[in-house]
Amino acid sequence: MIAAQDRSAAHVVAYLLLGVAAFSVLFPLALMLINSIRTNFEILSNPLGWPEEPNFAVYQQVWVESKLGRALFNSCLVAAGTVTIVCLVATPAAWVIARRRVPGWLVISLYFLATTTVPVQMFIFPLYFLFAKLGLINNHFALMFVYAAIYTPFSLFLLRTYIVSIPIELEEAARIDGASALQILMRIIFPLTSPGLLTVALIVSLNTWNEFLISITFLQTDVAATATARFYQLSGRYGSDWPQMMATAALIAAPTIVFFIMLQRRFIDGISSGAVKN
Amino acid sequence: MAKANAMNPGVAALTTAGGEHNSAWLFVLPALLLSLSVVAFPVAATVMFSFTEWNGLGTPRFIGLDNFEAMVGEARFWTAIANNFIYTAVFVTVPMIIALVAAALLMLIKAGRTFFQVVFFLPVTIATIILAQIWRGMIYSPVTGMVGWLQSFGLNVANPLADPSTALYGILLVDIWHWWGYLCVIYFAALRQVDVSLIEAAFVDGASYVATFRYILLPMILPTILFMLLMTVIWSFRVFDWVFVLTEGGPGFSSEVLGTLAYKTAFQQMSVGRASAYSLVMSLLGMLAISIYLRVQYKSEKQS
Repeated sequence: MIAAQDRSAAHVVAYLLLGVAAFSVLFPLALMLINSIRTNFEILSNPLGWPEEPNFAVYQQVWVESKLGRALFNSCLVAAGTVTIVCLVATPAAWVIARRRVPGWLVISLYFLATTTVPVQMFIFPLYFLFAKLGLINNHFALMFVYAAIYTPFSLFLLRTYIVSIPIELEEAARIDGASALQILMRIIFPLTSPGLLTVALIVSLNTWNEFLISITFLQTDVAATATARFYQLSGRYGSDWPQMMATAALIAAPTIVFFIMLQRRFIDGISSGAVKN
Repeated sequence: MAKANAMNPGVAALTTAGGEHNSAWLFVLPALLLSLSVVAFPVAATVMFSFTEWNGLGTPRFIGLDNFEAMVGEARFWTAIANNFIYTAVFVTVPMIIALVAAALLMLIKAGRTFFQVVFFLPVTIATIILAQIWRGMIYSPVTGMVGWLQSFGLNVANPLADPSTALYGILLVDIWHWWGYLCVIYFAALRQVDVSLIEAAFVDGASYVATFRYILLPMILPTILFMLLMTVIWSFRVFDWVFVLTEGGPGFSSEVLGTLAYKTAFQQMSVGRASAYSLVMSLLGMLAISIYLRVQYKSEKQS
């Protein structure tokens, strides 16, 4: 039997190591916040110093000059649109696949599984030049469809696990009462998978918000850019003005950080559910 | 059932597997059409473009295997492949180990579990481009970053991104820093599902912490570890953001990966045919990596 002092010694070591790990994770993020309110000159002489005269005005400055409000609005719009499309197309598909009602449900599942392994570079070039021809570059709806297609397979598989756990008797009872398939979908499947839909909404909106490769390719103007695309455009322009760059970074990261901390339990459960329960 | 179906022909059609008027198709059709138009058809187009010369504007010109022949003679291409494999090899080991150790440590403590999980997970919720810029400016820069600060004390450190022999590892460090917490949270969730009485029993029998972890906990969460290994192979082979923002594949082409090579060839050099060929190689090698992984896993399962 492990002695009591052994246990408390193990506790101390565990807290020490975890503390070091937590510090190393937070350190670069702290540098972002601190150096956003310092001057470029202060950073040049010492990146670790405290701000002598905290310059909070930099936040207002980048907000106005860099059109960040517009970019953050675009990010919200694209995230909301993508989540809506994903939930609307993935739920019915997950339902008929979960209940094996479509002949070829296995082939369809394997197809969706296969698409999740395809790198973006394998389909973005034809899409880009097609969109350019159709005048869909800088179009948020076109971007939503691309994102929705990418996140649908994952959402479908996650929703399937929720649908499988809905008792089939509920559907049969509704059917006996004369409900159509569409009514069953709307009145039973959608409401009873709502925890799954919430998880999908969280993960898809987070991924959409942070996505880089596709957004910088399809959104090229400052008016159309989402927050990450705007940050990419700006990092060229700011050059070595690090306070402005870090203030912009903090403003773009803030919504996802706040969102995550408020809903941490749901995030963590949602993200680990796919991998742990299998 | 049969009675209900007789009353409602629409439902009858829905429940008949393989029936002529299977309305269930309508429910999977939107998802399928969306995926086919954004992924499957463009993938087919990319395969076709890889046998052509095309600048994205005019008409693609069929040139057979020329793209592939030219690529084989390029040092940049082989560097990119080697870097992709190094990246994946480091990624399936280093963050996995850090995450497992951290998850095991979380099992030892009671207070503060949520705090540590939230902190470890935090970088995953922030955009890659933002984290990359923080590291480029605040850590790696010899002028404005920690590297410069350490140099001012006479320490012999340099910006890893500026040296061709270390650039890839400089990128890897940032990606691992951002990623391991995600794995840790997943492993910890899996560990918590292990029956506590098993762990207590091992302690009563005098097993050490390490032995308990190795022989009781690790085998119990093996399915989760294997699943995350597979996902890590898939994700790390596609690395793009970190390389593109931190070094753009440089210095020279020392940190180039297939993802950045294909992208830059298409959008900076406007050689879409050649870029498609790179993408095709990237996909095929990605599939090869997955199948090697699956084969190893299958063999080790058969042995045990």
